[in-house]
Amino acid sequence: MLKYLLKRLGLAIIILLGASALIYLLSMLMPADYIDNQTSAALQSGAMTMEDVMRLKELYGLADKSIGGIAKSYITWLKSTVSGDLGFSFLYGKPVTTVLSEYIWISFMIAFISYILQIIIGIPMGIKASVSQYSAYDYTVSVFAMMGTALPSFFLSALLMNVFAIKLGIFPLQGLTTATTVFAPDAHLQILLDKVWHLVLPITVLTLLNVGGTMKFTRTNMLEVLNSDYIRTARAKGLSEKVVTYKHAFRNTMIPLVTSLSGMLPGLFGGAMITETVFAIPGIGYMALRATRQGDIPFIMGYNMFLAALTVAGMLISDIMYMVVDPRVKLS
Amino acid sequence: MGLLNIFKRKKIEGIDNTMYLTLRDERRISKENNKIIKYYERMKARKNVPEEEYLTQMRDPNNVVEFENLHTYFFTDVGTVKSVNGVSFDVPQGKIVGIVGESGCGKSVTSLSLMQLVQAPTGQIVEGSIRYKANDGKCYEITKVPRDKMLKIRGKDISMIFQEPMTSLNPVFRIGEQMDEVVLLHEDGMTPESAKKRSIEMLRLVGIAMPEKIYSKYPHELSGGMRQRVMIAMALSCNPRLIIADEPTTALDVTIQAQILELLREIKEKINGSIMLITHDLGVIAEMADLVVVMYAGRIIEKGTVREIFHSPKHPYTIGLMKSKPSGKTTDDRLFSIKGQVPNPINMPDHCYFYNRCDRAMEVCLGEYPKLIQFSPTHFAACYLYDESRLSGDDLAKE
Ligand SMILES: Nc1ncnc2c1ncn2[C@@H]1O[C@H](COP(=O)(O)OP(=O)(O)O)[C@@H](O)[C@H]1O
Ligand code: SF4
Ligand SMILES: [Mg+2]
Repeated sequence: MLKYLLKRLGLAIIILLGASALIYLLSMLMPADYIDNQTSAALQSGAMTMEDVMRLKELYGLADKSIGGIAKSYITWLKSTVSGDLGFSFLYGKPVTTVLSEYIWISFMIAFISYILQIIIGIPMGIKASVSQYSAYDYTVSVFAMMGTALPSFFLSALLMNVFAIKLGIFPLQGLTTATTVFAPDAHLQILLDKVWHLVLPITVLTLLNVGGTMKFTRTNMLEVLNSDYIRTARAKGLSEKVVTYKHAFRNTMIPLVTSLSGMLPGLFGGAMITETVFAIPGIGYMALRATRQGDIPFIMGYNMFLAALTVAGMLISDIMYMVVDPRVKLS
Repeated sequence: MGLLNIFKRKKIEGIDNTMYLTLRDERRISKENNKIIKYYERMKARKNVPEEEYLTQMRDPNNVVEFENLHTYFFTDVGTVKSVNGVSFDVPQGKIVGIVGESGCGKSVTSLSLMQLVQAPTGQIVEGSIRYKANDGKCYEITKVPRDKMLKIRGKDISMIFQEPMTSLNPVFRIGEQMDEVVLLHEDGMTPESAKKRSIEMLRLVGIAMPEKIYSKYPHELSGGMRQRVMIAMALSCNPRLIIADEPTTALDVTIQAQILELLREIKEKINGSIMLITHDLGVIAEMADLVVVMYAGRIIEKGTVREIFHSPKHPYTIGLMKSKPSGKTTDDRLFSIKGQVPNPINMPDHCYFYNRCDRAMEVCLGEYPKLIQFSPTHFAACYLYDESRLSGDDLAKE
């Protein structure tokens, strides 16, 4: 297993390298780069000349767009990345790592709460559906789960915003704080509550989007386990259906559940680009979308490498958790 | 013609004819099934059923279990599978009853019916009775016993050993935990310590050399033979009156098979219980059983003592089995070298089910299903060859 983990890690590094090169190339080839975006107005009004623009591009390292030039600047980027320096964000004017560490927390909070909700709602529903397979409950739950999974997040967000924010006015429409209210600087509790209030709808959207998947996954795995020989043995022992389901069956279903759910943990730092943007929540996903639109290459690269690293971490955690929950898999 | 068959999606082969199901048939079947299943499930889920409703009398007080005209059906999407179709036999106290027959003939479903473990909701006992005599002298009608009461019988009075030792133990719990569970569940006044003592004692009883060590192992760390011993130990731990062993040696290799059978026999002597031994291996039956039940396509075609079945088999199917009995032991069904196919349980003919494979089939055999003919107080077979009323009729002239 240790060897397997190392192999997975090695493979992950190769994939990371490949992915970073590809993203770098694509970002460099975007038709309008950061400087073009920033200077187009000035250029048109005549406040800047083409030479000024080129000088700026030179300064930002965006001048040479030949393959050789891109390769050279990629290698420069790679070197500093390996040493832990993700460079300076064009758009935000700060080191990329600083921007990341500032904005991931709000994203993580939203994602984590919805992750917990997804678990405490999805798993019991999945179990119940599997125990009463083909019952009305099973069908109802499956249909709702499918709807949640199939709806695009922007649509679901818009729907909830329309109903709960605009029509009913229960929740705020967008943002993280109420702009019209001024809180005393020491009213920490009120400020916190105000934030929580703003986060209810986005968290609901994320939960609705994901809970169906968890529920279906639980149901499928439970059904498989419930059909196995050792469940028949458990019943033949005279155990009640409750013990059979929640002890003997669920303990086995936990193996795939824990493996996949723990693998999602690191990803919670990655942000939910679309939902955050629709709700105008200054999380990392929202920042990344803005940076991508503007061609902020250091940030795009930094963010994507961060996501990739999270994915790798998720993979490793999931492998390790597999070892923890399944006695048949051992480290050696 | 081919175009018409688009609507006939499922083909069901019988001996006499081939049925096709159209979409409309399927919908009708599914609707009928739902109705039937709902009825039986509601019956089973009843709470606080008065005892009188499921207490009964044994026909013969020497029996532990009596099956009478048992019908267990599966209501599937393609039709009703008559897995057990009118089975009657007794399991006397302290005896080993061997049930033999080809794979799919309903042996497992018969035994699962006794445990109320037929896969619900599709599988239901629709007719007949299973009487069980408990230690306290009470007789239960298993087909009517409510679920919660059944939990007290399962695993305690009647325990079961399954075919696949590799998959019959829960992979995520240690052997000890799985064994203690039964004891703690059924025996009053057990503490975790005393349960552990009992489990280890049981492991020792089934010939496991280092029971303390095995106690704390996971199933995957044991060999198939060891696991089957663990299953037997578990089945024994609450002093059952009846052990159902459903092909306990089929998945094991030959030397281990012999050891496990020997163990079962020893244990039967020790606990003075009965064993229902299910197998498709006649060799096993000859060695172990006192009484033999031969099943074919959900019915009993012959039953008798081991002597009667092996020395004077009556039914052409049993006779065929005896002829094809291999000298060595095989682990699959190839020992049934009688040509032809078992009829599909969804599309059963109206006559003797063995007709298409029988080398002595006659015209009368196409009549109604043959009745059981008695040869001795214990020996019965269902075949027209021995039907006196037929012999006295016009067929007699032909012979
Ligand atoms: N859960 C089930 N659903 C539908 N049909 C079943 C089910 N279990 C068993 N059967 C059918 O019942 C018949 C008897 O099966 P079984 O008792 O397992 O045979 P065996 O004699 O090999 O133990 C077979 O034809 C099988 O297809
Ligand atoms: S009843 Fe006829 S077909 Fe059936 S086993 Fe006897 S002889 Fe053969
Ligand atoms: Mg079987």
